[in-house]
Amino acid sequence: MYVAVKGGETAIDNAHRLLADRRRGNRDVAELGLDHIMEQLSQAVDRVMSEGALYDRELAALAIKQARGDMIEAIFLARAYRTTLPRFGYTNPVDTAAMQVERRISACFKDLPGGQLLGPTFDYTHRLLDPGLAEGATPETPETRAPEQARMMRVSDFLGQEGLLEPAPDGSAKPVPDDIARTPMTYPLDRDARLQALARGDEGFLLSMAYSTQRGYARSHPFAGEIRIGEVELELEVPELDFAAPLGRIQVTECQMVNQFQGSAKAPPQFTRGYGLVFGQAERKAMAMSLVDRSLRATELGEDLVAPAQDEEFVIAHADNVQATGFVEHLKLPHYVDFQSELDLVRRLRAEAAAGTGEAREAAE
Amino acid sequence: MSMVDDALRTDSAAIASEMARRDRMAVLARADGKQLRALWTGLSLDPAFEMIRGPETGLATVRGRISGDGAPFNFGDVTVTRASVRLADGSVGHAYRLGRDQGAARLCAVIDAIVHDDRIAERIDRTLVQPLRQAQQDRDARRMAETAATKVDFFTLVRGED
Repeated sequence: MYVAVKGGETAIDNAHRLLADRRRGNRDVAELGLDHIMEQLSQAVDRVMSEGALYDRELAALAIKQARGDMIEAIFLARAYRTTLPRFGYTNPVDTAAMQVERRISACFKDLPGGQLLGPTFDYTHRLLDPGLAEGATPETPETRAPEQARMMRVSDFLGQEGLLEPAPDGSAKPVPDDIARTPMTYPLDRDARLQALARGDEGFLLSMAYSTQRGYARSHPFAGEIRIGEVELELEVPELDFAAPLGRIQVTECQMVNQFQGSAKAPPQFTRGYGLVFGQAERKAMAMSLVDRSLRATELGEDLVAPAQDEEFVIAHADNVQATGFVEHLKLPHYVDFQSELDLVRRLRAEAAAGTGEAREAAE
Repeated sequence: MSMVDDALRTDSAAIASEMARRDRMAVLARADGKQLRALWTGLSLDPAFEMIRGPETGLATVRGRISGDGAPFNFGDVTVTRASVRLADGSVGHAYRLGRDQGAARLCAVIDAIVHDDRIAERIDRTLVQPLRQAQQDRDARRMAETAATKVDFFTLVRGED
């Protein structure tokens, strides 16, 4: 028998009204505009776009404001919004070699063509809190210098020329990739579906998984071949035009991780690689993604399966923080009837155990 | 002149005009909505048009390539707004833009339609598209120069004396 329990409507309404009040906070303090969030908390915006799998800076800023800065709640809002929109199609694959680069570094080659461009990075800061910023400092205008070249060759392109690096998987075998947003995932996944799941995966989870591979759970001896951040053009094939419609640009972060070589009787040793591609400026996540992409290729590369980061179903099924939070947080919803039946069962078992002990004693006597 | 030459000439003219249209659409798609509206208002054009479709906002799924140049994969969605219009003379225009600015998408579709008229096209390109393109190129150039200033200049430390 299912018994519906009603009640709490007024309490819920008042709780949400209270939430709106607390979200606004002290009215003497200026209200946060979406432009403030977009301009001054841009990395938070990037994280919501990446894990919400929705590139729209203004919507991500709204989600952050509405969620009071609770990132997973904001990501949940972005995901929910996506489901309300029609789909126009799939863009042509972005060309990261044609990126307008804002940062580009390689830990493998000091003198790579185009050079090491640090861009706006936290690296090499002393991680000391800055009291000047608390008071509201006006930053200096950025220094400028004549750029040397517009197009930046990917590190993987010139390593690949010598055959030292495994080639990227060719698209001819599977020109149309899987879309986990439209079809439920069934394991084992192809690498394209895995990358889609990782691209929206939780940064913290992927970071921990990546870290586990460095600490010895499925070691892959990685080098950051190249990390680049910048804007790429998007275009969409549409029936009403004879050419792909230009849509504008988005910012992405790409990481090419170069890993320990492997060789066999048939193939000479060469470096393998893992790949990370993330919306916005999201270097930590792109690096973690590329490490986990590589560790999940264990079966394909004939490696022993010894660690959690090599277990595709374990990693992919738990990387999505919206699904994870849904299941963990559902525990706080009323389970009164479930618990009542458990309670009855435990009482009955305890009573039986007590009676059983009594019977056993009688039999012994 | 042979018919083949004629056909080639028409073909290359068509390709050139198509490239010009694509280039214009790319500038309009990237244009800041506020600047676009201001420049349009300055033109004092007010063509009658009807909407064929939209403006409507939806999603496009962005594709990347494994390792940058390999097989494609889907990696996330973007919001896109599109619009199609028809002018009184029958000219049709289309527009696609990232984001959700429906007014800007409609305006871009109107611009795409009225440039079928060569005289207006010249004026639009000169007084609307060119300033937008310039603003975009200036922004790119500034950002590239700012990035270039963060390039690492390595030098070798000489140890000992000799």
